[in-house]
Formats: sequence, C-alpha cells, structure tokens
Amino acid sequence: MMDMNLTDETGSGPQTQAAKEAPKPPEIAPSRETIASEATAQESFPPAKAEVRGLNFFYGKAQALKSVNLTFSENRVTAIIGPSGCGKSTLLRCFNRMHDLYPETRYEGKITLEPSGINIIGPETDPLEMRMRIGMVFQKPNAFPKSVFENVAFGLRMQGEAKSSIEEKVESALRAAALWDEVKDRMKDSAYALSGGQQQRLCIARALATDPEILLFDEPTSALDPIATARIEELIAELKEQVTIIIVTHNLQQAARVSDYTAFMYLGELIEAGPTKKIFEDPSNKLTDEYITGDFG
Amino acid sequence: MADLNRIIRRRKRQDFIFKIIGISCMLIGIVTLLALLIDLALDGLPRLTWHFLTSFPSRFASQAGILSSWVGTLLVMLVTAMTAVPLGIAAGVYLEEYARKNRLTGFIEINIANLAGVPSIIYGLMALGLLVYQFQLGQSVLAGGLTLAFLILPIVIVATREALRTIPQSMRDAAYALGSTKWQVVRHHLLPYSIGGTLTGVIIALSRAIGETAPLITIGALTFIAFLPPAPVQGEAPFVTFDWVWSPFSVLPIQMFNWVSRPDREFLANAAGAGFLLIIITLSMNAVAILIRYRVRKRIKW
Repeated sequence: MMDMNLTDETGSGPQTQAAKEAPKPPEIAPSRETIASEATAQESFPPAKAEVRGLNFFYGKAQALKSVNLTFSENRVTAIIGPSGCGKSTLLRCFNRMHDLYPETRYEGKITLEPSGINIIGPETDPLEMRMRIGMVFQKPNAFPKSVFENVAFGLRMQGEAKSSIEEKVESALRAAALWDEVKDRMKDSAYALSGGQQQRLCIARALATDPEILLFDEPTSALDPIATARIEELIAELKEQVTIIIVTHNLQQAARVSDYTAFMYLGELIEAGPTKKIFEDPSNKLTDEYITGDFG
Repeated sequence: MADLNRIIRRRKRQDFIFKIIGISCMLIGIVTLLALLIDLALDGLPRLTWHFLTSFPSRFASQAGILSSWVGTLLVMLVTAMTAVPLGIAAGVYLEEYARKNRLTGFIEINIANLAGVPSIIYGLMALGLLVYQFQLGQSVLAGGLTLAFLILPIVIVATREALRTIPQSMRDAAYALGSTKWQVVRHHLLPYSIGGTLTGVIIALSRAIGETAPLITIGALTFIAFLPPAPVQGEAPFVTFDWVWSPFSVLPIQMFNWVSRPDREFLANAAGAGFLLIIITLSMNAVAILIRYRVRKRIKW
C-alpha cells in the first residue's frame, strides 16, 4: 500500500476483468482501467467530462494522492467514498485548484476537462478560470453574511455579469436549487436567517448561478438533519440533468442512493471504481468489500 | 461527621476571605479613579464655559481659553487618522492575507507587536529627526499628526489582523471557490466582515493618541498660541485648502501641561477644565467603539 507505483496492482483487478468482457480493443483498455472500462462492459457509457490520469498530490513532503486514474462521466453523479484521511476530499479539491490557496502543495499528472482537453491542474491553466467553470459546495453551509439575493448574485458579479441579467439568473439558480418558493419573499433578508438546510441549498444556488460544468460536493449533508439531507439528495439527483456531479461522502447509504458511479479510495489510492450497483453489490476488491460491509472505516 | 463539618467551615471561610480581599483590591482601583474624576470635575467644571472654549490662552487665568488647543487637537487627530488608518489596515491585510508565512514575516510580526510597546517619547525623537529636520515639515500640524500616526500604526495593524482572523476560513473558501481574486475576497468579504473589529481598534488607538503629550513636545509643539490655523474651507475658489497642515499648533494635553506648571494657582482650575474635556472626549470615543462592536456582533455571527 505504501508503494507509490501501485496503479497496476490496484487497478489490475477490474481492468483485466473488464478487458476480457469488453468488446474494446485491448490497447485502449489498459489506459481506461477504471469506470470507463467497467461501464462499457455493462451499459452504454456516457461521454467523459473529466479524466484523472496518474494524479499524485503532495502536502509538503507527504503524498496524499498516489497515481490516481479515474474517469468522470458527463451528466452523471460520481461518489467518492473511503475512510477518513483516504484522500477523497483532497482529490475533490484538485478539480477547482483549492490547494493552490495553501503553501507547499504540489500536483503531478493530469486532470483533463473534456471536451476541450484542458489540463485542470496544469501550471499554464488559470485556477480562477477553473473555479469559475467548476463550482463547489462545502461541508458546512458557508453562506456569506449578506442578503439571500447577494449570496447568489456574488459569483455573477465576480465574473462581470451584466446587471440586467443578474436578477433573472439569481431566480433561475434558486429555482434549480429548489429554494425559490421558500425565499422569493425574503430576498433582502440575511442568509443567516435561513435554516441550515436552506443555507446549504443557498450555497448550491450560489454555485449554480454561474452555470458551472462540474459541481463538486464535499460531504454536503454532514452538518444537516435527516430531512434536510433527503432534500439535498433529491436535489443532487435532479441537478445531474444539467451538470456533472462529483460528491465526496462519508455516508455509504448516501453514495448508494444518489450516485451512478462510485469510486473507493484508501490511503491516497484509488482502490476500485465502477457503477454504484456493482461496487455495492459485487465489488472486485477485497478492501472495497470490507469497507462496504463495515469491517473497517 | 463533626470533622468533615469543621473542614467545610474552614474552606468556606477561606472562600469568604478571598472574596473580601478581591473586593477591596477592586475598590482601591475604582474609588481612586472616581475620586480623581470627581475632583477634576469639581475644579474644572465651573471653568468649562462657552467663553473657555472660544478664547485663546491668556496671561490672565480667568480670560484664558482652549480654542487654539482643541482646534489643534482636532486637526492633528484628523491628520493622524487619515494617514494611520489606511496605512495600518493595508499593512494588516497584507500581512494576514497576502504575505507568505515564513521567518521574515514572523520576524516582522513580532516587531510590530514590539513597536506598539515603544515609549511614545522615542517616537517623538524619531519624528524630530526625520519629519522636522530631514523632511523639513517644521513644527506643523502635519508633523504632529504624522508623529502620532507612527505611534498608533502598530495598534491599527494588530487590530486589523485580529479582526481578520475572526473571519472563518470557510468564508474565504466560499469566495475563492467562486473564482474571486484575492483582492475581490478582501474587498467584498474580508474588509466588510472585519470592519467592526478594525474600527474598534482604530478608535481605541486614536483615543490613546489624543492624550499624548511627550512626542508632540519633543517635536516642538507650541505651548502658547494665540491664533488659529487657516480654515480648511474657504468662501472663494478653490474652497478647500491644505494650508492648515503647515500651521504651528498646540493640543489640549500640552495646554494643560503649560497651565499646571505655572505658579499661579488659578491656572490649575483651567487645567482641570481642559482635562475634564479631554476625558469626556476619550470616554465618548471608547463608547462609540463599544457601540460599533456591539452592533456588528449582532449582525454577523459566525
């Protein structure tokens, strides 16, 4: 597990299996060892929105991600699961370059944003552009101490949206986040007057307002009660029509409920990834099986 | 049982004794201060008349007033606030949000805290050499205001940083995740959210500066001045002038110092009057600071 170059060992299980079943040419299969190959074997595979290739990530000298390879499908929900400290949030935060805000962090490898193929973590890529194209919802609702309207409008203002269209876009974002009916008469109220669940949906609206290509969720319901959690999960299922979703969660039931694909990580490595049904019912890797059944984590 | 009761009684007695000691210690402080204030008010209040506020100093105690010194105090504080506040906030924001955390910034941080503790007369000596002689500012309102600005700059920087630190990281994350630049985060989030704490620090710093005497005497502020600086606003074009910054000045504490050092006891009442006014100004400034802090805390709860 501590060996850096473990792509073969960790990925080989599902990969060789898939290669046998899949009608794909074998020279393509080795590079698409994760979701893609498995999915092709079992269902028609939607186009990739992002591809992680040979991703290593370092906090100073400590390596937090070890040669991760993973494909994220467009307009699908992909859940990343794993025990605390496995690197799932670290992986998520690579997508919008949040790590760049902290000193002594380093990326190696590639994350391509399709269809343009731009390398998200490439030094030539502007992190600001990536953060505008890839939205994020955090663990705790972190609405700004401003009005409901200003919270949603903020991203639009940052991006220089014309004043005339802001109001319209705020409304459609709030509708998309299933919050409009509850706040339409409270647009000028402080966001802090809303309940925790409403605040989290406000944060989702804020991220949606700028029409991102990918929406990242970092354990979005861990601070919410079960009812608010259910509403967020419903929302995630609806949102995948318009945006590709990657969700990190501690809650296995949640991953099973909301996601189309699931990736299991352990100690900074991707252990297994595939359609959620397969990961939960018939995982190929023993570690995945143990984690799913609650033997550790 | 009897034993246990005895022990409990003894411990309760100890508790009671400490309570008495604590109350007396507190009273020594409070009562002394109150006595001083009341004494000052009794001596000074009868002198606090309209005539006192609108007259220049005079050889005759009953004719003397504090017009030139309170105007001087006001103008010097204006220069101090206009320079120290933007400089201090900008420096605080830079250190807290922009500067990399390394040995150099650690060293700078420690020394800013140290600067806040440097005796004010040292600032006076520095200002005398640098502002008055080197930059030829003379013994002017500008030189006085800048001297006090140096004095309170570390306090403003520290207050700004403290206020910024109370903003949770999650706010910065949220703003950055929307694609904001550092400046946008500072301008639209950090400054508005921290303004309460910063202003509180600024006002407390200014209320310290307003009572400073030593550094202003060092740079040569006048102790007797019978004219006002040119008015900043005029009836004819260009309407606003900055000639007043070059004018010589006096301030309230220096005026007091002057009166106290005179042999004529009548002047003591004048000093008490000016002192009472100074205390009222300081207390009102602190009250405003408390009010701002209270209102901001009610509006923003993390």
